[in-house]
Amino acid sequence: MSVSKEEVKKIAELARLEFSESEIEKYTVEMNNILGYVEKLNELDTSNVEPLSHPIENTNVFRDDKIIPSTERDEALKNAPDKTSEHFKVPKVISQNK
Amino acid sequence: MEFEAVIGLEVHAQLLTDTKIFCGCSTKFGNPANSNVCPVCLGHPGVLPVLNKKVVEFTTLMGLATNCTINEKSVFARKNYFYPDLPKGYQISQFELPICENGYIDIKTNDEKRIRIKRIHMEEDAGKSIHDQGYDTLVDVNRCGTPLIEIVSEPDISSGEEAYQYLSNLKQIITYLGICDGNMEEGSLRCDANISIRPKGATELGTRTEVKNMNSFRNVQKAIDFEIDRQINLVEDGGEVIQQTLLWNAEQNKATSMRGKEEAHDYRYFPDPDLMPVIVDEAWQKEIFITMPELPVKRKERFIKDLNLPEYDAEVLTSQREMADFYEEVLTETNDSKIASNWVMGDVLKIINEQKISFSNFPVSPKNLGKLINLINQNKISSKIAKDVFPFMLEEDRDPEIIVKEKNLIQITDTSAIESAIDNVINQNPDQVEEFKSGKDKVIGFFVGQVMKETKGKANPQMVNQILREKLK
Repeated sequence: MSVSKEEVKKIAELARLEFSESEIEKYTVEMNNILGYVEKLNELDTSNVEPLSHPIENTNVFRDDKIIPSTERDEALKNAPDKTSEHFKVPKVISQNK
Repeated sequence: MEFEAVIGLEVHAQLLTDTKIFCGCSTKFGNPANSNVCPVCLGHPGVLPVLNKKVVEFTTLMGLATNCTINEKSVFARKNYFYPDLPKGYQISQFELPICENGYIDIKTNDEKRIRIKRIHMEEDAGKSIHDQGYDTLVDVNRCGTPLIEIVSEPDISSGEEAYQYLSNLKQIITYLGICDGNMEEGSLRCDANISIRPKGATELGTRTEVKNMNSFRNVQKAIDFEIDRQINLVEDGGEVIQQTLLWNAEQNKATSMRGKEEAHDYRYFPDPDLMPVIVDEAWQKEIFITMPELPVKRKERFIKDLNLPEYDAEVLTSQREMADFYEEVLTETNDSKIASNWVMGDVLKIINEQKISFSNFPVSPKNLGKLINLINQNKISSKIAKDVFPFMLEEDRDPEIIVKEKNLIQITDTSAIESAIDNVINQNPDQVEEFKSGKDKVIGFFVGQVMKETKGKANPQMVNQILREKLK
């Protein structure tokens, strides 16, 4: 398995990252190296192995439906780069999809 | 060419838990912006979501109520996309292993039809973006992390009307279960429709569009019928349906394409490593199953069979759990199921609808309504007087018997009192007496009316009728 330059560009776009053309070149090579390394795993026959979704074999970790006091609003907004006294403020977006 | 529509619905229902799905913040609606938040739902790095047990119980209950298979093991996944009201950059949802699959709901339009449910899964809601506040977008994270279930139907629906019925039945079930308030106007129930058309009888599916932004069941129906027409007209004019998302505009009664470039979604789902698999084994399923209330279909059957109600009455009374509960509460006081049904479907429901209140807030308690019905059945008051007593009960929820006594409305069943009233009426109306005697039987109505007037409506009508006939002979 390998990725093309176009695919790397698309992955960058999906992650909202901007790269120069030379960076894209570089990452394409690096990503292909990583994929090549992981490819080694395909040498193992895993046809009888159930896919593992979690490394820890623990299940049913729950909390009860009990309210815990929330963070103070000022505290919650404190780290935001931009805000009003009540809201987080972000550049205008019009919904394309949710 | 004749076309048929193929429609699948995705319904999101907010669960009525006290806290969010992965943190202990309150889900209360209407609190000040960004006051029900914590590092988990704000998506701060390094925090650990922990699943609310009640979400699993509610979703399992819904699965059981809609004939689903409950998957013993289900897994949470991350659905990755960027939007400011989703602070983490991904929504925690379920993908490959949802908790419920392969259920169905039966609907009735002209015929009975089974709408299969593909899956029901648990996920978190996003926050709210406010766009109309000047140049920037403002974000309120309060709703972020509110537990949702998504109920995905198979494309078994073929018209707006069927979609309407399906949603009505679905809402009935979730509100009976008490897991969601089912309020579409307020967004606790939301519905998106996937719509395509194909030549009638064809097996291949056409290109589908998705219609969103409907805020009532009727709007879902209208939006679907609009989109079916649009697609058919388009194809008949030689055009081609393109895959896109449309927004329903309720004021203009039309669906319009969402602006902006439509890119294929790439959510890159993968199992969420922060959350452990959920195991709902048979024992737990049973525990949840026994908490299930009687569902509308069963309740309706019981009302017809055990309470001898006409099907129509049973249908109306069980259409809302609160109404059926209220009705059965009335029956703890009186045995007359039909008169009780008339009152609940009539006078009570009328006021509920007019004043937009719930049955639990109805000013007259079901017990006192039952007592009023008993007064009629015991011949203490006539049905007509009962209608006069009822407004007093609406003012103050009191034992109707006390009101009847206070207002001196007790029915006169004392023969001598009725006789004297009748004598008066006969003496005052010799012409009508002649008419009656000459064979005009209808005149009896006039006499009954006069006697009732004389007694201010309190005479027992049957007795008046009987004694009148004897005296006029």
